[in-house]
Order: sequence, then C-alpha cells, then structure tokens
Amino acid sequence: MSFDVPEDLRYLESHEWVRVDDGTARVGITDFAQDELGDVVFVELPDEGEELTAGDEFGVVESIKAVSDVYAPVSGTVTGVNEALFDDPELVNEDPFGEGWMVELELADEDELDALLSPDAYRDQIA
Amino acid sequence: MKYDQARWTDDGDERYEPLLSEKANREVEVEDSPLPDDLTRDSLELPDPAEPELARHYTRLSQMNYGVENGPFPLGSCTMKYNPSFTEDVSRRAEAAVHPDRPDSTVQGTLALCHRLQDYLGRIGGMDAVTLQPPAGAAGEFTGIQIAKAYHQHNDDERSEVVIPDSAHGTNFATAAMAGYDVVELPSGDDGRVDPEALEAAVGEETAALMLTNPNTLGLFERDIERIADVVHDAGGLLYYDGANLNALLGRARPGDMGFDVMHYNVHKTFATPHGGGGPGAGPVGVTDELAQFLPDPHVQSSKGGYEYYTPDHSIGKVHGFYGNWPVLLKTFAYVTRLGDAGLADASAKAVLNANYLAEQIPYEVPFGPFHHEFVASASPQDAADAAKRMLDHGVHPPTTKWPEIVDEALMTEPTEAESKRSLDQLAAAFSAVHDEDDETLASAPERTAAGRIDQVEAARNPRLSWQALDSET
Repeated sequence: MSFDVPEDLRYLESHEWVRVDDGTARVGITDFAQDELGDVVFVELPDEGEELTAGDEFGVVESIKAVSDVYAPVSGTVTGVNEALFDDPELVNEDPFGEGWMVELELADEDELDALLSPDAYRDQIA
Repeated sequence: MKYDQARWTDDGDERYEPLLSEKANREVEVEDSPLPDDLTRDSLELPDPAEPELARHYTRLSQMNYGVENGPFPLGSCTMKYNPSFTEDVSRRAEAAVHPDRPDSTVQGTLALCHRLQDYLGRIGGMDAVTLQPPAGAAGEFTGIQIAKAYHQHNDDERSEVVIPDSAHGTNFATAAMAGYDVVELPSGDDGRVDPEALEAAVGEETAALMLTNPNTLGLFERDIERIADVVHDAGGLLYYDGANLNALLGRARPGDMGFDVMHYNVHKTFATPHGGGGPGAGPVGVTDELAQFLPDPHVQSSKGGYEYYTPDHSIGKVHGFYGNWPVLLKTFAYVTRLGDAGLADASAKAVLNANYLAEQIPYEVPFGPFHHEFVASASPQDAADAAKRMLDHGVHPPTTKWPEIVDEALMTEPTEAESKRSLDQLAAAFSAVHDEDDETLASAPERTAAGRIDQVEAARNPRLSWQALDSET
C-alpha cells in the first residue's frame, strides 16, 4: 500500500507534516499516520495565542485504536486552529493534508525547517 | 429552598440512632443554585419501572452478554478469569466485617490473618516483607516504584530513569511516569525476550529500576534473568517484578530467588479474588529486607502476645485508607490456605499445561515459544478482531486481540488453570472452525449473538449514554 506524501511539505519522524506559506506554518498528520491510527474519533487542539517550541506536544488525536500526542514540527505562536475537527474528526482520515489540518503557527525561526525531513526522506522512513 | 435532614443524636447509651420523626428533623437553609437558567431544570425525567420490569431489564442485559459463567473464556488472568466462588462465601461472613477504626486489641484475629497473609505471600514470592495496603495491582506497582524511589533518595542517589521492555503492560509505563521517572523503552530481542546486550546499553547510573514481567506477555520465561539482575544491580538500580504472570510460577520459582528486589502481587490474577472492574481490589507489595523500612504506613507486626500496627522507619506513607481492602485480602487468604503449597504448585502446572495443550490443538501459528501459561497466536492473514467476533458465533469467548503488537494480528490466549480438557477442546474447535472461514463471513460476524457487530466508530463519535437510547431500540 502506498501513501500520499506531497512534494511541497516537510515532515517529522513522528508523522506530522508542515506547509509554510509566507511566514505561516500549517501543521497536520500524514496520510500514513491517519491510516495507522484508524478512524479518528476525537481531536484536541491548543488555544490560539499559545507559544509552541519545536518538539512540544500541542494536541491529542484519539482513534478507536489509540490515543496519540501530536508534536509541533517548528516553534511559533498558534494563530489558527481547525475547529472543524471538533465536530468532524473524520476529516483527519478523509483529507489529512487538506481539510484535516490541525493548527497554524506564526514561524519563530525559519531555520528550523532545515531540520525536518524531505518528502523523500519521509517516504524512506515509512517504506 | 429548604432541605430536611435526619439528625443523628446520642441517646445516652453511647449508641447513635437516627431520629426520623418529623419533629426531630432540622431544616437547613440552602442557597438557590447559582447556575445559569439554561443549565438548570425544574423536573428530572427518571425511568419509573415496576420492580419486575427492572429485574427483567437487568436479566435481559446479562443474557445479551457472554461471561465466565457462560462458557470457555480465554481472556485469561489479565482481563477476566473464572474464580472459584468459595472465597466469596468466606468474605461474606459476618466476622469479616470489622470496622477499620477498631483498636488493635479488639481485632487480634484480623491482624493475625493479615500477618499470616504477609508471611504466605512473602514465602510465595521469595520476599522478606509484604504490605497488604495497596488497593489494586496498578496501585501496587505505584507503591513499589515509590519504595524504589525512597530507597534511592535515602541513599542520596537520586535517579531519573526506569527501564521497561516494549512488551510490558501499559501500567508499567504509566507507573514510572506517575512516579516522576523518564521511561527508557527496551526493544525485545528476536526471541521475544529481553536482550541482555540491549539492556546493558540501556542501563546506567540514571537507572532507578528495571520493571519486568516474568514470564513475559508472550508467556516466555526470561532465561537470562540472573544476568539481567546482575546488569541492573551492578548499575545500582533495583529490579521490579510485575506480578501479572506469577500464576505461571506458583510453587515452582520465586521472583526473590531470581534477584528481584520489589514486586507486586495481582491477587485477582493469581489468588482468585475477583477482577475489580473499578474496585475494590488489592495489590500487595513484597520487598527485600533492605527495603522493608520504606513500606507504607501502617504495617502489621507481631508484638508481645499478639499483633499490632506500626510505622516503618522511613515509610513512604499511606497509599490507601487503613490497611487495605480487607474482604479482598480475606479471599486471597482463603484461596492460599485452601490450596496450600501442593495446590498452588498444581495450579501453576495446570495453567501451563492447559495453555500448551490448547496451542497444540489450534491451526494458527504460535511464533514464540516455549511458552508457559499463555501463548500468542497469529491470526494473519485474517484480521484478529474479525476472527475474534466470529468465535462468538461458535459459542466461546475469543482471546485478547491485537496485543502484544510484536505478533502480527495477535490472538493472546490464556485458558487458565481452571478450565477442563472438555472446555479446552471446545475452544480448540472454535479456533479451528474460524481458521477455515472466508473473509466475508468473518467481516460480518457475529451473526448468532444477541447484539450484532458494534459500530465502534459511531459509538465513539456519537455516544448515546442514556437509558432512553436502549428504550428507543426496543
């Protein structure tokens, strides 16, 4: 089974993705991660304004199989939270790189992006 | 708003009795609720069934279920096992209901049983001292790790890590974290056991303890236990024994002899007390002489002509009210004394024999062995959960599924010492029948049970938690 690994994203070993657009980083979990978790039934996300450091746990994803923490790939201030997930957690399964996004951060340090995995490196990890 | 409250008063004979007459009631002023209007209501709709309706309701629920008294139940000691019911009779006796506040001198019989049970459990585990206070296995774990922590602190040797194999029970990780330790997860070796070399690499001067279950979750005995103990002790750490699988060793091997310093006993897995399901339970903890000074307060010791409570010198304090959940401990005592040394050794032999007999009869592969009282078969290429649902259609309860994760599509099976050969054959027949069935049949199972397949996703996303939900379906 092959999983979607979009070329325009960066990845964490713990299966989060990050998309950077003009100083803002949008974060979610990967197609592989949602498949491993199975049907997501609950998502807990931080409040806007919260300061995150790369590696911090910022949320919780609960599926029928497991409860998992979600980690911040980069440091920054939370500027947006995908509140749609509170009512429709299945968006994480249906569209992990789109409608299933979790938080938006105002990037504190663009250099941190260099430490993240490229699509190829992440593809190798989940192969 | 006014509430009436029955008052309790001293009638002069130092006996307290409720005064129920209208006159004696005292009116208490209670302020109106400060909750906003949209969160309050004037009336409460509660079900109002007649008594026979209520009795039938619960009987019907019990008939829809499958329990240990319905048929073979290979979830094993970890989840649910059949326990002989004589222990219930013992704990229901009026003498068992002593008030915990009574002075030592008036409950000498109870304290004598406590003291003897401490002694019996100590001898069974090879431990020098045992506390009966912790109220459950997980609470015992927490108590044991707190004792280890107190020991290191007492020696001015604060440590930060607890090492736990990846096959361990989830409570081990939770215990270590609750006690403030960082968890170092130890990958299993290729044979499913602890790899001593990986252990050497993981253990160091920050290691407070290694938590180990032996035999482990795959039912495998840690053959290198003496070397494992040396590695941990040489680094200054303690060896913690998780008593989850002690029922495989009863009367045959003792954690204390293997080098363990602290252990908890799961009396519901090993000594026929019921599974708590929320309690009350008991999780006694055994320690070596060196650690006895840290045991919870109070402890029971023999005194001149009797028994008394005392506080160990460097006690970690209380972990539960009074001296633990006495009726549960009494069941433990009843079971241990009824079986005796020979009976306990026979129980472990039967637990191991039953698991090995059953594994021989089933068509699924068992990748790791030789195993003791439980084995983990692989349902692959079938989905373990589907296979399990289908077993219900064949009249038996399925084993634990999809755990431990080191076996693909795990069917973790523990028939326990209590089952007869006839029951084991019935289980084996169900395993065999399911093994030969097609995916379509498995995916739609169960079909012969009172409730069909539960939609787990819908149940989690939109739970209906009221009695009306059940009502609307009938």
